[in-house]
Amino acid sequence: MTLTVTRPTTTVPENPRPFGFVRHSLALARRSLIKTLRTPEQLLDVTLQPVIFVVVYVFLLGGAISGSTHDYLQLLLPAIMVQTVMFGGMATGVNLNTDIGKGVFDRFRSLPIARSAPLVGSVLGDLIRYVVAIVSLLGFGYAIGFRIQTDPLSALAACLLTILFAFSVSWAFVFIGMLMRQPGGVQGVAFLVLFPLTFGTSMVAPKESMPGWLQAWVNVNPVSHVMDAARGLMLGGPVAGPVGWTLLWSAAFIVVFAPLAVRAYRLRV
Amino acid sequence: MNLAFEAEGLVKRFGKTTALAGIDLAAGQGTVLGVLGPNGAGKTTAVRILATLLRPDAGRAAVRGVDVVKDAGRVRRMIGLTGQYASVDEDLTGMENLVLIGMLLDLCRVDAKARAAELLKEFGLAEAGSRPAKTYSGGMRRRLDLAASLVGRPDVIYLDEPTTGLDPAKRDDVWNIIRSLVTDGVTVLLTTQYLEEADALADDISVIDHGKVIAHGSPAELKQVVGGQTILVRPTDPARLADATAILAAVSGREPESPARGVIAVPVDDDTAFTTVVGRLDREGIGVTELSLRLPSLDEVFFTLTGRHTVEETAA
Ligand SMILES: Nc1ncnc2c1ncn2[C@@H]1O[C@H](COP(=O)(O)OP(=O)(O)O)[C@@H](O)[C@H]1O
Ligand SMILES: [Mg+2]
Repeated sequence: MTLTVTRPTTTVPENPRPFGFVRHSLALARRSLIKTLRTPEQLLDVTLQPVIFVVVYVFLLGGAISGSTHDYLQLLLPAIMVQTVMFGGMATGVNLNTDIGKGVFDRFRSLPIARSAPLVGSVLGDLIRYVVAIVSLLGFGYAIGFRIQTDPLSALAACLLTILFAFSVSWAFVFIGMLMRQPGGVQGVAFLVLFPLTFGTSMVAPKESMPGWLQAWVNVNPVSHVMDAARGLMLGGPVAGPVGWTLLWSAAFIVVFAPLAVRAYRLRV
Repeated sequence: MNLAFEAEGLVKRFGKTTALAGIDLAAGQGTVLGVLGPNGAGKTTAVRILATLLRPDAGRAAVRGVDVVKDAGRVRRMIGLTGQYASVDEDLTGMENLVLIGMLLDLCRVDAKARAAELLKEFGLAEAGSRPAKTYSGGMRRRLDLAASLVGRPDVIYLDEPTTGLDPAKRDDVWNIIRSLVTDGVTVLLTTQYLEEADALADDISVIDHGKVIAHGSPAELKQVVGGQTILVRPTDPARLADATAILAAVSGREPESPARGVIAVPVDDDTAFTTVVGRLDREGIGVTELSLRLPSLDEVFFTLTGRHTVEETAA
């Protein structure tokens, strides 16, 4: 191999350029996005899994629970959408946990960027997963008879609100991802957290059919508000309260877990 | 002398393991410091502290006078790192890898692309640049890794065992790259397990063991201590071993050792010793299946310096 010494054509600025944090995070989000698109099998969890859930609930249990599979589907789908997108956020934590042990993160750490930029980049890049999840779920839902009963803008608002909430919760998964030694561990803990959060709601059955202690949990569970908001925005009914609560809870998750995640990342050697 | 980087009394512990026990390293601008040591000696830990990835428990380190703990941000603008383990993103193409780093170094997209293309060309990866790095061979990956640490034209480059696991031809590629860096005025910290590599590239060598520097000097000075070259002979006919031993003893003035059955070896100081030995073997009609002149192995260096052999420790 011959090596030619080339005169510099480009020089790295001596001092940081402004808005570095935003630019760096976006560049790193692009990296996550490329990685996801190049390994589409990574999207199976957010495309196939919800479809299976819908099939099982609607056709196996729907008749028994509500008497009509068609009516049941209308109520179920917005709730399943929330569940799917939340489960989709788990992958961010798992992937980061896998990534962080590799040399790539050492390189990021040796570059003059904010410590949190690689985390923010991953979380932003994974928004694509939520979009794919929602599109494929709504597509399947429509094929088997789900219909939005409000208007397209409200339905879009339901999707965006769901994405916002999942984005906030994914900081908790990033935090878990920074704490655990193994990706499997991240998954285990994330499931432990997600099951009571997503199933402890009126997602599959009306709250009134549950025992008192479970109803109490459903009432305080933040995910209940998100599902109520998604149903309200897609099917009609009260929205102001549930949307307000969802926004509050989203803010709370970010304020608590984003700093914790960044701190855990810094402390990890 | 203007120091490009220096470390003084660095101590780092991981639980009960003391990875660094007060290590001092320094290199003048535009020189290559070779850090030679066996597995587990603390090479990677020292590099990670100098690269602002780890904080030392005690001691200090600075790059061009800037403290790596107090002013890590400024240090990161001056350094490039090629870690012991591949630090390229396998799913991204060579081009995407380098552009990403350019963007993180505050280049605008156009400049980042130009710089990436330039480096890919220099490193013989122009064509492979559009393929994901996971399709690269070991040598190509290492070159991409090196290119990645050069995107920002750093003043100081850390190369942690850059040739471990490469075959000799690929190793020569990497050596040439390192030599051309030095011509450009870059300061290099190179860790290695091979005296030969440190000898070929470094202006100064620090030999480290158990987190301490146990010898420091120029390659010439070090070779004076550990013995320069070693001649190794394996006669075809084992019965002639005694005759061959006598020749080696006569030429070197030392008692040859037998590192393996049917093989004898002796350190020599004189550059002409090898040709003299070849001539004598020829005259006495002793055929050989193996005849070589080589630098001492790391193990031999260690034995001379510490009286112990390098112990196989768990790889870090
Ligand atoms: N993150 C870590 N946690 C625990 N022990 C470590 C860690 N990193 C290195 N060590 C230990 O520190 C010592 C020095 O390791 P290292 O610096 O990697 O040596 P080298 O690079 O010379 O092989 C080894 O005993 C290694 O096991
Ligand atoms: Mg090492």
